[in-house]
Amino acid sequence: MKVVLQNLTKKFPGRDRKKQEYVIAVNDFNFEIPDGKLIGLLGPSGCGKSTTLNLISGLLKPTSGRIFFGEDDVTDLPPENRGIGLVFQNYALYPHLTVKKNILFPLENLKGKDKLSKSEMLEKAYAAARLVQIEELMDRKPGELSGGQQQRVAIARALVKMPRVLLLDEPLSNLDARLRLQTREEIRRIQRETKITTIFVTHDQEEAMSISDMIVVMKAGIVQQIGRPQEVYDNPANLFVARFLGTPPINVFEGQVRNHKLYIGEDEVSGIRGVENQKVWVGIRPEGFVPDENGPLCCRLSGVEVMGRDISVVSTHESSCSPAVRSIISTENRVDTEKETVRFSLKPGKVFIFHRETEERIMGELI
Amino acid sequence: MIKKKWRNSSLKGWLYLLPAILFLGVFMVYPLIDVFIYSFEEGYNSASQTFFGIGFYNYSYVLHDPYFLQALKNTFILVIITVPLSTGIALLISVGLSSIKALKNLFQTVYFLPYVTNTLAVGLVFMILFKKTAYSDGLINLMITWFGGNAVDFIDGPYWAKMFVLCFYTIWVVMPFKILILTSALASVNEDYYKAARVDGTSKLRTFMRITLPMISPMIFYLIITGFIGAFKAYSDAVALFGTNLNAAEMNTIVGYVYDMLYGDSGGYPSFASAAAILLFAIVLTITCINLLISRKNVHY
Repeated sequence: MKVVLQNLTKKFPGRDRKKQEYVIAVNDFNFEIPDGKLIGLLGPSGCGKSTTLNLISGLLKPTSGRIFFGEDDVTDLPPENRGIGLVFQNYALYPHLTVKKNILFPLENLKGKDKLSKSEMLEKAYAAARLVQIEELMDRKPGELSGGQQQRVAIARALVKMPRVLLLDEPLSNLDARLRLQTREEIRRIQRETKITTIFVTHDQEEAMSISDMIVVMKAGIVQQIGRPQEVYDNPANLFVARFLGTPPINVFEGQVRNHKLYIGEDEVSGIRGVENQKVWVGIRPEGFVPDENGPLCCRLSGVEVMGRDISVVSTHESSCSPAVRSIISTENRVDTEKETVRFSLKPGKVFIFHRETEERIMGELI
Repeated sequence: MIKKKWRNSSLKGWLYLLPAILFLGVFMVYPLIDVFIYSFEEGYNSASQTFFGIGFYNYSYVLHDPYFLQALKNTFILVIITVPLSTGIALLISVGLSSIKALKNLFQTVYFLPYVTNTLAVGLVFMILFKKTAYSDGLINLMITWFGGNAVDFIDGPYWAKMFVLCFYTIWVVMPFKILILTSALASVNEDYYKAARVDGTSKLRTFMRITLPMISPMIFYLIITGFIGAFKAYSDAVALFGTNLNAAEMNTIVGYVYDMLYGDSGGYPSFASAAAILLFAIVLTITCINLLISRKNVHY
């Protein structure tokens, strides 16, 4: 089922009612989510991603804009008539009911012609349980399960009615690091098997990048960029997106363009085509640095961290916006830790420049 | 070595407990044991501290005393009517309170007011409302006659009318505390459960029965247990409405009977009072045990 969001806007009344001020949680969101894809809504806390999810679920009514599931306009439908499955951040499993009864709960609500017989219900509940691999836990109570198992039960409960759209609110935030890795693979597998269009919310970029077909990066209610994870990473639309994606994060420098040359501080790091003279932000991905004795960028070396597969070189530069410049280089390169400085040359595809005021990307070709 | 250390640390623990144990022992445990002993001492005289013998005579006397049987009957009727009714109505009001937004605080205050008012003063008001005198029928009777009924004296009239007022009054007095407990219990249920239920298309009634009720069941259970105990120990309510001569009004309760046996006009029988008190204790204990047994199946912690 494809999901279309049209000019979706949600305003909340501000704290001071007299002033008639509004907090805009979601601002003019347009997006067509293709059928059967896994979409990650990504952004820092307070960016409106959960509000967007609640608008799609129907728990919140949009201030303006429309929501379509396929061809149906569901904007005015209550949540129960939209055909959605929703997994809450804290799972919201009913603690007094067994796993089986929790999964059966949505089915028992069906009325009229949709009403199922007892055996049909059980069959569906077991099918959902099989899908998330919790069949042997059916008679336990949620309190007797681990976090990961509870998560699976919550997903099974959301899936048992075969929803048109599955929504997950911060599905992994309550799990420890190892379970998180495992569970995100699990979500991916379940989504592939069921082919249900799935939208999940997260503040963890790694989580979103690793399993989503597409990611939507949001900030302060406004969509910053939509695209495949790799595309967004390789081609950030603005400084915010560039900073938000990637671990370690991108290194940002104060720089300027003068006569078709790009400067970081006083170092001329590259030639550049198609950009007028101006002050800019220069973003360099950690993997964009290549140690080079004759390289143009000179940094003061403060440490080298060996991580097995690669080496992380920590250095400082007076034009850097953060106290440390982090670069990741492969172990084939050697960095002389005795020296006080380290020189880098830069990989053109890993360097982005942004407007100093608007922080929008400036498209220019590095040479 | 280890044993010595353990003894030391447990000694420390007892030392911390000492003040509480001392006071509880002197003012709770000792009197309890004393009452138990009194109840078996036949013809005990508190002035001379003497008694004739030891046996079950006190119990036999109390159990054959028509006043005690009357008190027993009254107490049981009171308990059976007021505990479920007050808890049920309190639950309804709490659910109502938690689902309104406007004026919520005002209503919460209004419903809580009876709790901070004096029982005797409230009793007086009830008496004025329900009493029928030579000069006035009272407000309630005015309403009854207005709807075409016959005026009844609720304070000095037939047994059922007096019992009705007593139950009405008791429910009214115990309700605020129950509403307070239940509204906070309702507020503590995580909003996400309701959202999850809504997404699944659960009807309002089913959400209440299958989610809300089990979630607040420990609090309901607490109220039922304390409600039973409180109602079994009722005394001041009856005094507030019907005066101190409760036996004459046929409105005595077990605690009232105990009081009368000690200090009433026909009082001065601590042995009978003790026997009645022990009987009450046995009844409350039994009912509480039954409650605990039932709760094992229906209360979800």
